[in-house]
Amino acid sequence: MVLEPSFQGAVLAAPARSSHRSPVSEAPATRRVLIAIALLFLGFFLFLPLVAVFVEALRGGVGTYLRAISEPDALSAMKLTLLVAAIAVPANIVFGIAAAWAIAKFEFKGKAFLITLIDLPFSVSPVISGLVYILLFGTHGVLGPLVESAGIKIVFALPGIVLATIFVTFPFVARELIPLMQEQGTGDEEAALSLGASGFKTFLLVTLPNVKWALLYGVLLCNARAMGEFGAVSVVSGHIRGVTNTMPLHVEILYNEYAFQAAFAVASLLALLALLTLALKSLLEWRFADGIAAVRGH
Amino acid sequence: MDISIENIRKEFERFPALHDVSLDIRSGELIALLGPSGSGKTTLLRLIAGLEFLTSGRILFGNEDASHKSVQERNVGFVFQHYALFKHMTVADNVGFGLRVRPRSQRPSRAEIRRRAEELLELVQLPGLGKRFPAQLSGGQRQRVALARALAIEPRVLLLDEPFGALDAKVRRELRRWLRELHERTGHTTVFVTHDQEEAMELADRVVVMSNGKIEQVGSADDIYDAPASPFVFSFIGASNALRVHVEAGRVYLDDRPLELPRTNLPDGPARLYLRPHDLEVSRDEAGSIPGVISAVRRTSGARLIELEIGGRRDRLEIELPAEQSHRLNGRLAVRPRKWQLYRDDECRLAS
Ligand SMILES: Nc1ncnc2c1ncn2[C@@H]1O[C@H](COP(=O)(O)OP(=O)(O)OP(=O)(O)O)[C@@H](O)[C@H]1O
Ligand SMILES: [Mg+2]
Repeated sequence: MVLEPSFQGAVLAAPARSSHRSPVSEAPATRRVLIAIALLFLGFFLFLPLVAVFVEALRGGVGTYLRAISEPDALSAMKLTLLVAAIAVPANIVFGIAAAWAIAKFEFKGKAFLITLIDLPFSVSPVISGLVYILLFGTHGVLGPLVESAGIKIVFALPGIVLATIFVTFPFVARELIPLMQEQGTGDEEAALSLGASGFKTFLLVTLPNVKWALLYGVLLCNARAMGEFGAVSVVSGHIRGVTNTMPLHVEILYNEYAFQAAFAVASLLALLALLTLALKSLLEWRFADGIAAVRGH
Repeated sequence: MDISIENIRKEFERFPALHDVSLDIRSGELIALLGPSGSGKTTLLRLIAGLEFLTSGRILFGNEDASHKSVQERNVGFVFQHYALFKHMTVADNVGFGLRVRPRSQRPSRAEIRRRAEELLELVQLPGLGKRFPAQLSGGQRQRVALARALAIEPRVLLLDEPFGALDAKVRRELRRWLRELHERTGHTTVFVTHDQEEAMELADRVVVMSNGKIEQVGSADDIYDAPASPFVFSFIGASNALRVHVEAGRVYLDDRPLELPRTNLPDGPARLYLRPHDLEVSRDEAGSIPGVISAVRRTSGARLIELEIGGRRDRLEIELPAEQSHRLNGRLAVRPRKWQLYRDDECRLAS
């Protein structure tokens, strides 16, 4: 139930801007109609559901709400979600930086292909992303017998959930960094190297500070998606209550069991998370408009 | 530090950016690499620095072969055309960067680094600006910070890529003089790239003229200007005219008219006579002179420029006369060269 934060942010920001008329803008009437349509659309599809989540969650009063979110299965789902994010996000930071570095700073064969590959999770249905891991590591999968004989359980366990989450969220960091790093070129790095800095120190003292805001921004988006991912995780998790249920899966189970209020209570936590991400993102955009302007486009 | 560049070649994916370049740079010398865009100046500078690796040849620092050394090992001070200052660091941190990243055993104390940065900022005449960020400086100031940063590591050689390229004419001239003084004071072996010939001639002990990935000539400003080794150098440095002439048995003919020049040892055949506008003087239209029709007269600050059409072939000759000499500047005019260079025609075609 996580709302796509970047989409929401972009649309909400649009009407706030143009207050005086520019030569290319429409007549006032047209403009009002367009704004009204946009607002209605947003209200109906985004705002109303969000409100509904909180209203439903609190229908039985605060006490019931607190009980619903402190129940052992709910707590275990929260823990699992946080754990998965705590593994997937750092993994994707490392991967994202490495990929962006390679793409922005070096020329090599297959670069275009690598860029396309990074986008793959965006274009593949999350269900497929999950199924891939079942096909790979399931009992009848290609590598299944191998990992089983090694005593490792991947599918229907934490490793599978982590793998699926990493797969689904890996474009976020890389996509934020690539355009910025490409624009910045290698001048600063060359300067640092010529001053005697090692490759690692150059990265730490020059490259990283140059991209820190884009990186933070990518991490935020990556984290929001990692915590909210449903499709891919649903396929590999096996839905074992209290063991392999993440928050989104837990919401679904509660809902299917007609425990509406509990379902909405847990959902409201996810929604809060989305709102928090959105707020942080806006804060970053407002505070570092210049740096982030270079990162447009995903 | 003496630097020897021996027969180096650099290809970028088979495109030869430099072919067979050799150059000896003497310790303490200030050298300019001068040439048109794309002639390989930056490539040569980056090869010396180790920011690029050779395709073949050798680069010696003193007696040691530096060809396969990394940029860190070479210990060079490189000043980038667009400064490449670290935006997120203060000016003082920028200047101290090279000391701060040294391995622990060779790293000066924090206080020492701060003191060194302060000292260098004073040397580049920016005392007290250490707390600012690069964005809060003017272009000329940034340039000097970049220089201070490069000097901080006590480089064996200082390399500057178009150090004044992005500045306006007045600041350029000031910085030029200032760099010359700084060089005299510190005595660093320095190589700088420029495409401004005035800058190269005024600043450098020796000028290296490059074209198409080759060195055309190395010499002092006098050598380059007065004894250009090739038609390219002649026409690249200073104002020049080229007249198509013909050599026969050591005599030079303009169309059918023999010119009053000493005998040449160029082989018979087409040749070109290179002349500077101010090395031409008005003469009577007599045998041996170059006659033409005045097509334009222009006044510059200190002189009068006259454009002459020569013969029926529309070769143009530009003549610079003292501004006072204003008599009879229309119709026909004959001139006589005081100085000239004669090159074979095929040499000229290669150059252009
Ligand atoms: N990284 C590169 N990859 C491919 N070709 C390059 C590369 N760097 C330079 N070249 C080519 O090598 C030639 C010499 O380039 P170089 O940058 O040395 O010229 P330059 O004399 O510095 O010119 P300018 O005055 O415009 O800076 C050019 O033709 C250029 O296109
Ligand atoms: Mg250049």
